[in-house]
Amino acid sequence: MTDQVSLTFDGVAITAAAGQSVGAALTDAGIRSWRSTRRGGRPRGLFCGIGVCFDCLVTVDGRPNQRACLVPVRDGMRLESGGLREVDARG
Amino acid sequence: MVEFDLAVVGAGPAGLSAAVTAAEHGLRVALVDAGTQPGGQFWRHPDEQHPRPDEGRGQHLWSRFTDLRARLHGLESAAATTGRIELVSGHQVWFVEPAGEGFALHLTAVHGETRLPRVRAAALVLCPGGYDRQLPVPGWELPGVMAAGGVQALLKAHRSVAGRRAVVAGTGPFLLPVATGLAEAGAEVVAICEAGSLSGWARRPIDAAAVPSKALEAVEYAALLAKHRIPYRMRTVVTAIHGETEVGAVSVGRLDRSGRLRTDVSLPDLDVDLVAFGWGFTPSLELITAVGASTRVDVDESLVANVDDWQRTDVPGAYVAGEATGVGGALLAIAEGELAALAASRDAGRPVSEASVRRLQRQIARGRRFAAAMHRAHPVPAGWQDWLRQDTTVCRCEETTLGEICDARRELGATDARTVKLLARPGMGWCQGRVCGFAAAKLAKPVGEALTTSDLAPLAKRTFAAPVSLETLATAPTESDGAT
Repeated sequence: MTDQVSLTFDGVAITAAAGQSVGAALTDAGIRSWRSTRRGGRPRGLFCGIGVCFDCLVTVDGRPNQRACLVPVRDGMRLESGGLREVDARG
Repeated sequence: MVEFDLAVVGAGPAGLSAAVTAAEHGLRVALVDAGTQPGGQFWRHPDEQHPRPDEGRGQHLWSRFTDLRARLHGLESAAATTGRIELVSGHQVWFVEPAGEGFALHLTAVHGETRLPRVRAAALVLCPGGYDRQLPVPGWELPGVMAAGGVQALLKAHRSVAGRRAVVAGTGPFLLPVATGLAEAGAEVVAICEAGSLSGWARRPIDAAAVPSKALEAVEYAALLAKHRIPYRMRTVVTAIHGETEVGAVSVGRLDRSGRLRTDVSLPDLDVDLVAFGWGFTPSLELITAVGASTRVDVDESLVANVDDWQRTDVPGAYVAGEATGVGGALLAIAEGELAALAASRDAGRPVSEASVRRLQRQIARGRRFAAAMHRAHPVPAGWQDWLRQDTTVCRCEETTLGEICDARRELGATDARTVKLLARPGMGWCQGRVCGFAAAKLAKPVGEALTTSDLAPLAKRTFAAPVSLETLATAPTESDGAT
């Protein structure tokens, strides 16, 4: 049996299997979008699922713009939805 | 400063095979991988910290992986200073530059703190793999539309099912494991929409028969499609996706023999909550172009690295293996990785088995013939622009529409992909054109014209191969600083 961890998404408690990604945990909880786009305000969630497209950006424990498909869940983790925040340098 | 004989980038089939082979020939190897554990996209599997008895469920060539993984772990803990592997997991190379007689790789952690900011190595085997190629479709930005590889990653690594009623669409043999994987996990797959027609295979039976294991796989998939009653519809495409805040239904259409949308055939919409798209694969070329290696356009119109029959690029000390030399699947990638390691070992003065080299070269030649036949049987259909609308999103990051790209061409006179990108901003967002690059390059040209290296190479060249923080940029020492 796999271990369960507890986390919150916008304050709502969800559970996940230890070792899952944040994106998988949200998917299993029936949550399919967690940010809105800058221009059109459209909902986005997982797309490429492997760290390439950056559609699934989410705030993890206060750290913005983390790829939900790559970050593993951790017990007590706080996830927050939101828009894209421009804080990183890009090529 | 860390010194290695060889740095291998990517721990998928090609990279794992390269790292293990090189270390077994006495080289000191750094294996850098973005994943938290080795395997790459092909062998993505549940977290090894929480072992499960069904670890290999849904996998192919799994015993090849467990063999490579066991050898890797043995070489990680080897007492000798030579013939060792240091595995640097969870890190991406954001910049590579020449350093003395070799290369310096600048690393950044995928999440959390960067453990090792820089690796210096005398030689480099680049095995960056690739990702699903995408084409825009009206509504494809709705949640519930995913890359086929992303759906597969959720299944293989996390046992998560991305939807309950799915359509798997695009072209190529990869649609089969995604559809059957979903069905085995309990989802209903209402159709596989394959744009190609399998008659393409029959025309080149010699090439298709070059790799016998592929024929066995096809038989297995046929049985699974029958078991789960999954309709396999050829010359069929998803032409639009409907829904307000997520996918609710898709429209489908039929293609004629030339790959154009038939207007005389009307098919009913499919009610689905998941669309998995894959139009073949796009190899990751940013590190290959960053080291200055030359590229070419492959049969499938992907930009790939030029390599000789030892996997050497035209940059001394830089080798490439796997999808970045041409999309061809895991079996070919394993062979290329092994050959690249033998070449690097030989070039470093170590004895290698000439018989092994010849065996691998023959296997790779067979694999390439098979891959070319596969690409010819599964082209991007000629009519893929037939079902786009002016308001269809092309670039998901910058939300650039087809209409805006057409305006840049028509009113502002942009005639190449780079100028269109500067004017209408497709490919300027977070993913840097990795998702829309192929489509944007095609849209910048007259309909039906084939892409050339000069269309694709500027798009693959990215100043930074991964997003990095300003802090990382400000503190990173470079070779030109003379810092060590």
